[in-house]
Amino acid sequence: MGNFIAQNLIQTMQAFLQMVARYLPRLLAMVIFIVVGWVVAWLVKISLRWVLSWVKFNSLFVRGGVTRVLTHAALPTPAEMIARLAFWVLWIAFILMGLGALQIPALQQEISGLFGILPQIIVAVIILFAGVLIANFVSRAALLASINANSPSPRLISALVRFIIIALAVTMALERIGLGRGVVLVAFTTFFGAFMLGLALAFGLGGRDLARQLLERRFLQEKKEEDDEGISHL
Amino acid sequence: MSDETLLTDDFLRQITAAGEVDILVGVPTLNNHDTIARVISAIRIGFVKYFPRERAALINVDGGSTDGTQEIVTGTAAPDFRTFLASSPLRTMHTLTTSYGAIQGKGGALHVILAAAELLRAKVCAIVSPDLESLTPEWIETLTRPIYREGFDLLAPIYQRHRFDGLLVSHILSPLVATAYGSEIDEPLGGELAFSGRLASFLLSQDAWQQEFVRSVPEIWMVTTALVSGYRACQAFLGPRVQSEKSGGHALADTIQQVVGALFSCLEAHQSYWMTHEGVQAVPAFGFQYDLDLPPIRVNRKRMLSTFLKGVAELATILKPSLSPPTLQQIREIAKLDGESSYYPDELWVRTVYEFAGAFHRSVINRDHLLQALTPLYLGRINSFLSENHRSSTTGARDRIKKLRSQFEASKPYLAERWNTQM
Repeated sequence: MGNFIAQNLIQTMQAFLQMVARYLPRLLAMVIFIVVGWVVAWLVKISLRWVLSWVKFNSLFVRGGVTRVLTHAALPTPAEMIARLAFWVLWIAFILMGLGALQIPALQQEISGLFGILPQIIVAVIILFAGVLIANFVSRAALLASINANSPSPRLISALVRFIIIALAVTMALERIGLGRGVVLVAFTTFFGAFMLGLALAFGLGGRDLARQLLERRFLQEKKEEDDEGISHL
Repeated sequence: MSDETLLTDDFLRQITAAGEVDILVGVPTLNNHDTIARVISAIRIGFVKYFPRERAALINVDGGSTDGTQEIVTGTAAPDFRTFLASSPLRTMHTLTTSYGAIQGKGGALHVILAAAELLRAKVCAIVSPDLESLTPEWIETLTRPIYREGFDLLAPIYQRHRFDGLLVSHILSPLVATAYGSEIDEPLGGELAFSGRLASFLLSQDAWQQEFVRSVPEIWMVTTALVSGYRACQAFLGPRVQSEKSGGHALADTIQQVVGALFSCLEAHQSYWMTHEGVQAVPAFGFQYDLDLPPIRVNRKRMLSTFLKGVAELATILKPSLSPPTLQQIREIAKLDGESSYYPDELWVRTVYEFAGAFHRSVINRDHLLQALTPLYLGRINSFLSENHRSSTTGARDRIKKLRSQFEASKPYLAERWNTQM
């Protein structure tokens, strides 16, 4: 009985060691791919940044208005965008190669599936990019409006606006890829609803007194303050 | 745009029936039910009292009022002039009415008035605001006579103001117009203006009418274009300007966005002129100008200071690319000081305005956002001005404004430098 158990243990151990011996080089290969990939991608990013700056790449986009669109949305210059894009594309390619080196059939299937939905991924990236553009623009407008209206928490208002727009863009992008289509939508709806309900409850119950004070200040004192404003700027 | 498409058939018929006129007064309206009857009467009495022998016309251009403004204009009977003047008019006074798309803005209305002035061969064309409560028949004479009799082409108003009124005009518009265009015009955005017939035709021939800043704030463009093109300008003292309370207007940030944006756009349009033009000339002023120390008015400085501090603290992403590091640093240091001791000096304010103009020209960020970001800084500066002058007389406050204007003029090379800076 004791021999039988010992034999089984040895067999299991051997099988495990064989599996480790078989997968360890692949695992190492994956780690090397990821690390080397990061270094290569970083070098490419730095080189691209330098070359594009040297050839004055950004100036090509000034006339076409691309630079204006990006700066208006508080995004980096076209050269910087290209350098960053090259970094991520290269590194993701290396990561995928590393995952392929593991030679796990199910994973390889998933990776080839990922390449199958590449067009949708590109569309999703465009949606995300547009979402970030709009979010930056609108949140800055909200920040300015809040400051000029002397609101108590301009940064909070701006951050909320940005968060909601980006969350919506992420939901749309994931929906486009088909990743947990129903789940994402339900999660977003639930999260958004819960968030707003939470805010309403927190404001209405938790901060009842504060709510009253704020409303009084908003509608009574501010009215008085506005009435006090006796000068005309024009 | 040609006159054929700008003016409706009915309006052209009215113009044809009127023939030619010497003096034309245009009143652009939009829901001015409360004040328009008084304004129309004052203009008509002004015609009869001061220009009894001249051919005169009043033109109302309405932006689609829904409160019966246009009906009041057409329905207001000519007053019995004998009760005012012990005489009757010698010539027929014409009243013409038409409309313009409100979407065209005030620029659309003035465009129609100038087109009508050209067709009527008016020697003088004056514009009068429809919401004035202080308009008297004398204003019509004051506005038109220097052009009609003295040969000037452009007349800008001078109003009697409380020393704390019109601070956006005295802190940005007037000094910047004087510095860039070389003419000391007190009110480049006055609601009342007058043009000679030839200046009206010249302005009409320009292509800028469809531009957004001309449609929303046409006065600045009209004045600066006249100055750039060498037309003779003068000013006239009209007295206090009291507007109807209903015409309360826009929020300060929107006003700054529109008005300062229009002036910066004019600087872009006239860049070749102001970059090479040097010196500032006084502009002749007509009328008896007097000072009156008006009673103090309530100002909420606490709110101004709070907006300034919030703006400096929260708008780093906008201020950093728009202002130079020393200017931003100095503003931040002011914001760190205790409320009463924080003072926004003239030199820093002028640098701020010039750097914003340069940032606007280079479009470092969205232009509307940039202009809105100027509001907290403006309030910071105004807070300092109010604090410094709360005990000053009208003359004392005016002297401070003159000093600020001198600072604007002395720093003009810095404007050109920031304008041409490539970031």
